Amino acid sequence: MADPVLTFTDRGIYCPAGDFFIDPWRPVDRALITHGHSDHARWGHRRYLATHQALPVIRHRLGQIDAQGIGYGEAFRIGGVTVSFHPAGHVPGSAQIAVERDGEVWVVSGDYKVEPDGLAEPFAPVRCHAFISECTFGLPVFRWRPQAQVMADISRWWAANAAAGKTSILGAYSFGKAQRLMAGVDPIGPILTHGAVEETTAILRAQGYALPDTIRAGQGVDAKTHPGALVIAPPSALGSAWARKFGPVDEAFASGWMAVRGIRRRRSLGTGFTVSDHADWDGLNAAIRATGCERVFVTHGYTAPFRRWLAEQGYDAGIVATEFGDDAEEPLPEVAE
Amino acid sequence: MRDFAALFAALDGTTKTGAKLAALTAYFQSAPEPDRVWTIALLSGRRPKRSVTATELREWAAGAAGLPLWLFEESYAMVGDLAETIALILPAPLHEDEPPSLDQTIRALMALTGQSSEARREAILRVWDRLGQTERLLFNKLITGGFRMGVSQGLMTRALAQATGVDEAVLAHRLMGDWLPQHTAFADLVAEDTATGLGSRPYPFALAAPLEDGPETLGDPQDWRAEWKWDGIRGQLIQREGAFALWSRGEELITDRFPEFAPLADFLPRGTVIDGEVVAWGADRPLPFAELQKRIGRKTVPKRLLLDAPARLLAYDLLEDGGEDIRPLPYATRRARMEAMVAALPAGLPLGLSPDIAFAGWADLAAIRATARAAQAEGLMLKRATSPYFVGRKRGDWWKWKLDPWSVDAVMIYAQAGHGRRANLFTDFTFAVRQGNELVPFTKAYSGLTDAEFAEITRWVGKNTLERFGPVRRVKPELVFEIAFEGIQESPRHKSGIALRFPRMARWRRDKPVDEIDTIEGLRDLLNVARG
Repeated sequence: MADPVLTFTDRGIYCPAGDFFIDPWRPVDRALITHGHSDHARWGHRRYLATHQALPVIRHRLGQIDAQGIGYGEAFRIGGVTVSFHPAGHVPGSAQIAVERDGEVWVVSGDYKVEPDGLAEPFAPVRCHAFISECTFGLPVFRWRPQAQVMADISRWWAANAAAGKTSILGAYSFGKAQRLMAGVDPIGPILTHGAVEETTAILRAQGYALPDTIRAGQGVDAKTHPGALVIAPPSALGSAWARKFGPVDEAFASGWMAVRGIRRRRSLGTGFTVSDHADWDGLNAAIRATGCERVFVTHGYTAPFRRWLAEQGYDAGIVATEFGDDAEEPLPEVAE
Repeated sequence: MRDFAALFAALDGTTKTGAKLAALTAYFQSAPEPDRVWTIALLSGRRPKRSVTATELREWAAGAAGLPLWLFEESYAMVGDLAETIALILPAPLHEDEPPSLDQTIRALMALTGQSSEARREAILRVWDRLGQTERLLFNKLITGGFRMGVSQGLMTRALAQATGVDEAVLAHRLMGDWLPQHTAFADLVAEDTATGLGSRPYPFALAAPLEDGPETLGDPQDWRAEWKWDGIRGQLIQREGAFALWSRGEELITDRFPEFAPLADFLPRGTVIDGEVVAWGADRPLPFAELQKRIGRKTVPKRLLLDAPARLLAYDLLEDGGEDIRPLPYATRRARMEAMVAALPAGLPLGLSPDIAFAGWADLAAIRATARAAQAEGLMLKRATSPYFVGRKRGDWWKWKLDPWSVDAVMIYAQAGHGRRANLFTDFTFAVRQGNELVPFTKAYSGLTDAEFAEITRWVGKNTLERFGPVRRVKPELVFEIAFEGIQESPRHKSGIALRFPRMARWRRDKPVDEIDTIEGLRDLLNVARG
């Protein structure tokens, strides 16, 4: 059998024929980056390659780096292979990376979501022979409702709080989820942001993503100046002294994990909205089918049961240990698999 | 189901007691009366007899979802709640229409008892296909039991009092005992009580608060009475016209488990209710709890156990005397009446007073407390001489002053995820001590750490799993914990030869390396101390 197009090393997913890594977790010479979340775009590589859309956030997070941009669908030759980046629908600028060697195509999914969210470039399936898929939510208990329904729930929650004289504080990861929520919610009042959210929002807005006006909360911007506001903040701000400054508040957390009641209750949150930037069970299965692949490698998430499920569906399925998901935008609260 | 589902959503959507109380009160005023009765029953731990087993539910749900059973089990292990797992994996309902009421739903479920497996399966699938996700979850909970909505019985009683205007203590008493929701009308359940028709209904138990500071904070020792805090089964013995019953604190009728109490029915005066502790009795003191434990959970008691571990009721308090509810009287008065009542009984009955311990002052009492283990007690109880027999836990009048627990340092060797609120979090651990170069498992423990610590350990387990046995992970023996416990007994059933009473994690010893944990020999030494 021919050498595999991609191999799995302790530094990350490696392409021997092109001598590059995809989303490596230790410093390497050349890194292809699927998207800007910190468990995928890490510091310390000599050269970076990512989509034009992903680079501004990556540069903001990593500072001075030697980075090159690439357009979606553009073929790029590296050594003995051709690489191309394709929308993953996960967050703005996110990509699946296809690597082709002599007609054999392997695709690294990065993180992905199948349902279009109106902000990230919509997921586009890529035909391939081998697919390396995340499976953060690879159990059949995770099935998302259509985004429009959840956004309507969030809008109702906000309106009810505003009517009761309360500030709504919504916990969401500062890159991707936060912007998707502000873009999707019914704008019944001012949207305030935590500093971490505002920085990323400003970058994406400058890139041309359609985002509503937001105001950074802080000196002179609070519940008094903006009654009935929606405040979008990183999850770590929930229940903090920072959140309490908004006077009477109602806090909620937007995450795929909110589908499980026990996890929501453990966070002592009355309200949780099930919104994820990852594919749900049906999404994972549909995405894998759409690639037409024979081989699947599953990474971070419920890898063991998901691999077994795929094997029972007739795939040649394996597990790849990675260090994705450790400090990700949507880490499983505590357990892996 | 719709009112009930709305109530559930309201309770589940808040962590604030005030909001829960308001939602419950509104429900008790507006929901259909038969539904109210079932809600009271469910929130006080009564549920209809199971007409479908958990195994059947799993199989039917996995089948309806088109999933292999193993994947259902993996999902259940992650979600940590069977009813919820089923609600999450089922395909979307095809015929969502007006759901039946809670009363109708439960009666329909009860009617399934005794029907063929196929008939029951079809009935359950038909219901699943008509309910939305929250209602499905509730419906499944009706079958599986374990109905916890973050509402204590006390809170439910308070809401019922607010909704009906009936006194809370009266309601608490009315809701005790073995009334059956299917035969009880709401109006009867919340009617003002009269002395007649009590039957075998117990009174709500008065509970003591732990004494954190020394007894010096309690003021004049003269105002207080002391007795041993026994380690048995707290119980209430009822002797009324046509009714003889023993209730556990969990409101379980346990009369039949203790046939040796039967003679008391012949000798206790009518209209007597005693609060006491059921213990296994040796020559002059209780036997270790393990002896009594052998009898718990058995429907019938073999003769051998009756001989080896005869039960005795140690009387703490008298609640009803000559048919009169004397709970409002001062403790000292009740105690005096109880002593007179017991003194009038013939010898040889399995009933005795829990001794009143005389003491000269707080220092004297502290010295007595230190001897509790030799008396097979857990510590002392302190009761204010003037205190009434109150409902539930009320700080100030009754205190439990337990011995400091024993402790050993041990290493975690297995971890398993919890359920419910602890779903998906490793919280159930098995610990080992050293025996030479080996590690011997000797106890499990589930509690004592903070959520943050459990979260950290869970991440650690993810990275340090050596082997998986279904839901159980064998982990690197690296994390050391101080295990606190109340007692230690010999146990041939355990590999280590010992069993602990109330083990829990006192703290995570991050400072302690594995080679400094305690040894099995050290534990066996404690066993000798425990034997006295």
